[in-house]
Amino acid sequence: MSRFEIVAREDFSDVTYLLECHHPLMAKAARAGQFVIVMSHEHGERIPLTIADFDRKKGTITLVIQAVGKTTREMQQECKVGTKLYAITGPMGIPSHFDKVKKVACVGGGLGVAPIFPHARAFKESGAYVIGIVGFRTKKLIFWEEKFKSFCDEFIICTDDGSAGIKGMITEGIKLAIQKHPDIDEFVAIGPPVMMKGCAEATRPHNIKTIVSLNPLMVDGTGMCGGCRVKLGDQVKFACVDGPDFDAHKVDFDDLMMRLKRFTKEEKIALERWSASCRMRDQVHVAPAFMMAEVAPEVLAAGGDPLGLPDPFDEARGG
Amino acid sequence: MAKKKTIRTIPQQRTPMREQEPHERVNNFAEVACGFRVEDALNEAERCLLCPEQPCVAGCPVGIDIPGFIQKLTAKDYRGAFDVLTDTNLLPAICGRVCPQETQCEEVCTVGDTLEPVAIGRLERWVGDKAIAEGWVNIPYIEPSDFKIGIVGSGPAGVACAADMAKAGCDVTVFEAFHQPGGVLRYGIPDFRLPNEVIDAEVNNLSKLGVKFECNTLVGRLFTIEQMIDEMGYDAVFVGTGAGYPSMLGIPGDSLNGVLSANELLTRCNLMRAKEFPNYDTPLPHGQRVAVIGAGNTAMDAMRVCLRLGAEKVYCIYRRSRTECPARAEEVHHAEEEGVEFHWLTNPVAVLDDGKGGVRGMRCIRMELGEPDDSGRRRPIPVAGSEHDFETDLVVFAIGTNANPIMGQTSTLKLNKRGYIEADENLATSVAGVFAGGDIVTGAATVIEAMGAGRKAARSMKTYLGIRDIDFPYAAEGRDSTNKLFGIDLRERNFARVRVVAMAKP
Repeated sequence: MSRFEIVAREDFSDVTYLLECHHPLMAKAARAGQFVIVMSHEHGERIPLTIADFDRKKGTITLVIQAVGKTTREMQQECKVGTKLYAITGPMGIPSHFDKVKKVACVGGGLGVAPIFPHARAFKESGAYVIGIVGFRTKKLIFWEEKFKSFCDEFIICTDDGSAGIKGMITEGIKLAIQKHPDIDEFVAIGPPVMMKGCAEATRPHNIKTIVSLNPLMVDGTGMCGGCRVKLGDQVKFACVDGPDFDAHKVDFDDLMMRLKRFTKEEKIALERWSASCRMRDQVHVAPAFMMAEVAPEVLAAGGDPLGLPDPFDEARGG
Repeated sequence: MAKKKTIRTIPQQRTPMREQEPHERVNNFAEVACGFRVEDALNEAERCLLCPEQPCVAGCPVGIDIPGFIQKLTAKDYRGAFDVLTDTNLLPAICGRVCPQETQCEEVCTVGDTLEPVAIGRLERWVGDKAIAEGWVNIPYIEPSDFKIGIVGSGPAGVACAADMAKAGCDVTVFEAFHQPGGVLRYGIPDFRLPNEVIDAEVNNLSKLGVKFECNTLVGRLFTIEQMIDEMGYDAVFVGTGAGYPSMLGIPGDSLNGVLSANELLTRCNLMRAKEFPNYDTPLPHGQRVAVIGAGNTAMDAMRVCLRLGAEKVYCIYRRSRTECPARAEEVHHAEEEGVEFHWLTNPVAVLDDGKGGVRGMRCIRMELGEPDDSGRRRPIPVAGSEHDFETDLVVFAIGTNANPIMGQTSTLKLNKRGYIEADENLATSVAGVFAGGDIVTGAATVIEAMGAGRKAARSMKTYLGIRDIDFPYAAEGRDSTNKLFGIDLRERNFARVRVVAMAKP
């Protein structure tokens, strides 16, 4: 089997999909908390994606991707089982620490649900009492429920609309967990920046150690460009080589969110141009044209903008 | 034998090299220096006195037989000139372009005592380009040895080491974290100084020597140096990962969205082809008024890239004066011609934000020079009350780099207190069989110095593995192109796993 081949794919929703890629060496080396940099094709950009799972026996790594911009939407369309990614590099970043903790809460919001899974598993395997807290916008978007339950002693789902689990934001789940278990040693939270900020604020008054996994814009992922720099108090750290895990109570989330908007204008141009080229191609092939129309209302219903592009910050509310 | 040349008989003027006009070239990424024509090369070659002292050879970090190749050139034996060059330097087309010859071979040139020195770099480049155009490659028959060598990093140090080990018959694999090989040659140096085709051609030559390139491989994280030695069967490993990790400004406003490192700008532009966005997916920040902080070669590259991307104004902000500026004179000259505005003795104190996360300007303070500091250069001291503001919408910093932490995080290699890998005079590290060289040992330096380190490490590796090697590398051969054995004397065949075959065109 060739390098970087996609061996399995699963679609969790209109915008969220899973790719399982063949890379035996990476499967062997990967640890929870690490990420990869992916290029889907030769003209593509390098995007960082957290490793959501790895299977050493099968020699695969799993990525869960949300189609928000040009690259991820294009991948959603192009990446089929049997196709290959142009490049996968990693595993990058310092693996998470699983120090002996008695009780831990693993919090995943929106897209962060997938990458928090290896943490839950690793903590469980190290003998901790694991509370899983995950947030989705609505019941329909829930995935991996069973997978989590098999490694969590307690599992809390929050949905924005209350269609499953607790109604409300993920911080409601955190409050509930702290109420019930004042002796939680550590929180680990992964998700959109707004959600991680919310987690940090929820645990700060209780003075519980909280770790977040940051995912700023990156180019090389090897510490060379400094594009992924984040502020921690008065220190500057590179998420790619000094992280991606940081102490949530020190992270300057406002700075992080501002820096994520660096290329908003260019991202919009790229997406519009790509969408236009898709429409042109669809018109040529006739059939798929109505598929776009079919997708759009659902995306709209799910809170996306007319382009069908869910705002990553909106996602946080769901998380 | 031709009549002996003297300083009076040689062409007195240095042969000029045609360059793209400044106003024309700031609009494109094509090479600025167009290179010699054959008549230029022959004329310039005539200027070499072939002096017996050969100070240029000692001035070259890799000890190229400079009079040797120039002599071949004057005899119009171009292939011979290429053979002499590639005895010591596998990448003449690259080094002829990016080496700081004016502080190396050309600085000590005997002709330079009276006239302008021989344009050695331009001649080297001409021979390198000629070889690429003609498809010349020197592929010896190399009898394989049982040794397996791993090279970490495909930059200049790594490829130089790889070439030497491949010529010694070893099975060499070069690992590169990016998706294309070349390291700093690829991501750092812009097309107008070093076109990608030149890198491709030179990398291709290495492949023909049997060197394998494995891209998308982040050594340290995908597997460790220790695993390479203990589990993966590598007999020796060379670490040439470069310095990388850019130094931050450390002033208010340095995390604003319009502030980025020169490394980021150059990587986006050169490696990721962001200048062709949206045909390539990687975006690039564009500035109308760009302030570049620092005055090294990287800063010059960043400024000239910004001009080509359409900036109206590019300022160079440097806290010392022109005399202390670390960039090559030629690069400063080029930047100046293209319209970069230099502000010497100026230091930034804050980046001013536009209220929307971007940059509206920069506050600077004037400096004056005091007593010499540790580097021997006069220390810049702020002039009280001289703060002034620049209007700018993009700030690029090129103020040096620190050691990349990945090797330190993932291996037991001993580091010095600044985080660089500690290596002895033979470039051996604290782990047996592991050698290191280039920026990851010395801190940021030049391409040719890194290549020199790669070759030195190769020599040590051969000693370590018990592969026979002559003391000074590849000096014995060269003049006689029938004796093409990459430095291993034909008469000593005891350990030399090398045999001559006809040189084939690819």
